[in-house]
Amino acid sequence: MYSETNLLTVANLFLVATIFFTFMYVSAIFLSNRKPHLQKWPLMRLLFWLTGVLSACIALAGPLAEAGHHDFRFHMGGHLLLGMLAPLLIALSAPMTLLLRSLSTKNAKRCTYLLKSRFARFYVNPVTASVLNIGGLWLLYATPLFNWMHSSPVLFFFVHIHIFAAGYLFTISIIYIDPVSHRHNYTYRTVVFIAALAVHGILSKYIYTNPPDGVLASQAQSGAMLMYYGGDLIDLVLIILLFRDWYQSAKPRQQEEEACLSTE
Amino acid sequence: MTHTPESRNKLSKHLFKQKNLWSGILFGLGFAAFADEVIFHQLLHWHKFYDLSSTSVGLVSDGLFHAFSWFATVGSLYLVADLRRRQGLWPKMWWSGKLLGAGGFQLYDGLIQHKLMRIHQIRYHVNIIYYDLIWNIIAVILIIVGIYLYKKATLDAKILEASNHV
Repeated sequence: MYSETNLLTVANLFLVATIFFTFMYVSAIFLSNRKPHLQKWPLMRLLFWLTGVLSACIALAGPLAEAGHHDFRFHMGGHLLLGMLAPLLIALSAPMTLLLRSLSTKNAKRCTYLLKSRFARFYVNPVTASVLNIGGLWLLYATPLFNWMHSSPVLFFFVHIHIFAAGYLFTISIIYIDPVSHRHNYTYRTVVFIAALAVHGILSKYIYTNPPDGVLASQAQSGAMLMYYGGDLIDLVLIILLFRDWYQSAKPRQQEEEACLSTE
Repeated sequence: MTHTPESRNKLSKHLFKQKNLWSGILFGLGFAAFADEVIFHQLLHWHKFYDLSSTSVGLVSDGLFHAFSWFATVGSLYLVADLRRRQGLWPKMWWSGKLLGAGGFQLYDGLIQHKLMRIHQIRYHVNIIYYDLIWNIIAVILIIVGIYLYKKATLDAKILEASNHV
């Protein structure tokens, strides 16, 4: 395990980044609210942002993060916060919509041009996002990477960035809160999501019997169960949101409704 | 032909026979899998989170099944909501599906997962035959009641249709 100074540096770096982005988010709200033709930015989204950032901070700095360096159960708790809960809450805070609203028309157009690029389309494809997200976890827990991460602060930094970024990418590839250039249909997203959830479950059972190097068997077992059931819980929210959109989009139109009610 | 809202509803729901049946089956599957996990894994600790299967195929199939059942529970309830807003919910058909789904899962679990693949048993260090018998007999009863309800619902629909054509 590495020295306390290095740990503190990494934790502080994360804290500074989150404070910076929160400052940007709040400034963007003011910019967007100044535009008279737009509705005021919902307070609920600011709350989603703040709770999302808070759960990422708890995972990255402070007592839970510190305990996570020595105890796999706390590591896994932090992982749930950073890789699943924080991405979900931040996705719900619709940062991309806010950005587009706060920019001038010219810059917003440039931004959407980027979002429409092949590059962006490739990354927000649910399959790419799932492979990056769940595949990254397999790399972390089923290879020596977990151990290397704990001996190199640089690796630690990038692994944690990846966990959050991949979790966020996965969330926005499944539920569309912000604008998306290419919308994949519900069946496709559901099938990919089922596969991703299954592989996540299989990985947690794998950890249960094959602890990463240097992790006590008892801690690996509790950590794996936390991953399995905690993952289920947050995925349940995602499933509900996905199906809620589907339900609303499948609303019968006036004619159809009359056809249903008439008895031919 | 004019109809009171009630007779309208009775007729319209028969347009959604498949949807009623399948949302019931999905809910039954999801519910049975969920109940199995809560009662036998968490509360009774009869079989565990992972019962060291001899085959990795078992682990993969289990993972897929679990993920599917999680989706099925939520998805089927949205289907029920959809049927309701179309005035097409047909409880007898839905329940038939639910019992078929739950019974079908339990029989699959009891025969394929317990006996064929031997992923886990209901309980350990006891004479398992009684547990197996009770488990599978309950599954068969659920399926039989499901089929009975299905027949009954179909018959109801026929009678209603006939009375409307007179």
